[in-house]
Amino acid sequence: MSAEQEAPLSPRGPMAFLKEVGRKLAQGEAGPLLVILMLAVIWTFFQFQNERFLSPGNLTNLVLQQAAVATISIGVVLVLLLGWIDLSVGAVSGFCASVMAVLVVNQHIDPALAVLIALVLGALIGLFNGMVSTRFRIPAFIVTLAGSLTLVGLQLAVLGETGTINLGDSFITRLTSTFFPPVVGWSFAALAVVLAIAFGITGRSHRRRSGLPVGSIQGLLFRVAAIAVAFIVMVAVVNQDRGLPLVVVIVFALALGFTYLTQRTRFGRHLFAVGGNAEAARRAGIKIEHVRVIAFVMCSTLAAAGGVLAASRLLAVNQSSGASDLVLMAIAGPVVAGTSLFGGRGSVWSALLGALVIGSIANGMNLLALASSVKFIVTGVVLLIAVTIESVTRMRRRGAPVT
Amino acid sequence: MTSDAPQTMHATSAASPLLALKGVSKAFGANQALTSVDFEVDAGEVVALVGDNGAGKTTLIKAIAGVQLCDEGTIYFRGQQVRINSPQDATSLGIATVYQDLALCDNLDVVANLYLGREVFAKGITRAAYLIDEQTMEQSALKLLDSLAVTTIRDVRENVGSLSGGQRQAVAIARSLLGDPSVVLLDEPTAALGVSQTEQVLALIHKLRQRGLAVVVISHNLENVFAVADRIIVLRLGRRCATFDVRGVTRKDVVSAITGAEFGIGASLKREDA
Repeated sequence: MSAEQEAPLSPRGPMAFLKEVGRKLAQGEAGPLLVILMLAVIWTFFQFQNERFLSPGNLTNLVLQQAAVATISIGVVLVLLLGWIDLSVGAVSGFCASVMAVLVVNQHIDPALAVLIALVLGALIGLFNGMVSTRFRIPAFIVTLAGSLTLVGLQLAVLGETGTINLGDSFITRLTSTFFPPVVGWSFAALAVVLAIAFGITGRSHRRRSGLPVGSIQGLLFRVAAIAVAFIVMVAVVNQDRGLPLVVVIVFALALGFTYLTQRTRFGRHLFAVGGNAEAARRAGIKIEHVRVIAFVMCSTLAAAGGVLAASRLLAVNQSSGASDLVLMAIAGPVVAGTSLFGGRGSVWSALLGALVIGSIANGMNLLALASSVKFIVTGVVLLIAVTIESVTRMRRRGAPVT
Repeated sequence: MTSDAPQTMHATSAASPLLALKGVSKAFGANQALTSVDFEVDAGEVVALVGDNGAGKTTLIKAIAGVQLCDEGTIYFRGQQVRINSPQDATSLGIATVYQDLALCDNLDVVANLYLGREVFAKGITRAAYLIDEQTMEQSALKLLDSLAVTTIRDVRENVGSLSGGQRQAVAIARSLLGDPSVVLLDEPTAALGVSQTEQVLALIHKLRQRGLAVVVISHNLENVFAVADRIIVLRLGRRCATFDVRGVTRKDVVSAITGAEFGIGASLKREDA
């Protein structure tokens, strides 16, 4: 997260800097900048429509609602980086959560163990999806679409006649109903800033010791300042309500872990390589089938984790858990926030930002009590616009004419 | 099955070239792509493989690279008979191939492309986490490009997708050298390049020869062939029809051999077969 974006090596005055920012925006290389602008527009709009939108209570609810989607989206990013797509994440989340609920409520198994079983089940489904699509060379979207239908059926079967299983107060429901006192929230923000500074400083000193050029100190300061502002504002807001939710810490920990995996490890490098040019990756000796299967396993495991969080938030699992537009939201989020549908480009953080953007639109429309018809249309149009922007910037980057 | 260590025979006698193929034939159905072709290249030598489309150049290169097996024929490496049944066999012998499409990942930077599939890991406790040692990789990437006198790539952290054709070719060639090969096969390295970029790539090929590598270049561009090659081997209709030493041969001679026209063949031409 720290030394990834190259800061301009030689700052040449504010005009040149602005031009550079403009170019990066036009070519889709500005990282989170575009999506933050988008978020600002959305928030401003809804705040003018309904002054409760930016209230601490509503923002906390927004975060709680989107934690499950963000978790699923992190897994989706891994598959998107390969240039593939997993349409089964919604069904996986619903099915695994159903199994967990049945185990806890009907079989009286320890909740923590049930969660673990749900995650393992997710991993196995991912293994199956990955193996089938790589072994038989079937496009992943077909395999996962078929898998999705099957899983919806299995979910109905598992849930039985009532179709709903309520989760009493337990380890599972506390995942999304635990809030930390203010002091813990501030420590969390402080930890984030310290980590950002530490990563930045050690990265620079490593490079300097190796005799390599280092990025500008202004760039580092800007990044640290941005992270500090974001975390301080977030903690200040949630502290006015119920406090920092545990689930936020969980999602950030997941995001940090998977950022490390994608940006710093050999597996992550191979993920990008396979997504960028699979044939080149194969000739470089990368076992591309292994990379694909592992990505699918992680994706489905995270989908199961998202299902657990969604069940925790709902306090129940029912026939519509994981159904409806969840899968589209989980895939659209990262794409809105700059992860390419065509592979090889994107980041784990786009899962979080994307979930926030999509969630803000849904939450805002709910506050305005819009009809379902309007909500579906607006969401669809926004998704299409976002994907179009992504595609246009991609064409610009390649120097192809934008017609 | 891979060969035994390629470095076993240090003294390559003048009689046996570094890499030699004898009597190689390959048919695709009824189409005879190669008919009993001999081929040889020695260390510190640039051999250009020329011929019209369909003459069998790429088939021959693919046989050496282990991408496509030939039907008949034997391969000798450092005087010893070897089998090349897969690209891995070729790589372990020390034969590197740069394909025409370069096989680069546009979304990764120069360093990542150079080290793709052979990433360097950090030492110490982070080794267990498969942490990539970016500093070491970047340092040796800079050193490698420097040793090849590649000055056009200023920022090795730039994505390969935004590099020019010549720069991309330089990255692909530099990458082929990381495995420390003794033979480098280049498939159309100057195709679709501008004048100055072609110059850069030709300079790079000269560097490879200086390093004592055996270099095989497929090219359609005779001007480039004359600028860079020591010997020219002409294939026509799947047969090796002529071999020239670039000194004392004219383009016209080579063109005649490629097209099969019999006029104007100079004294330097050694006919391979009647």
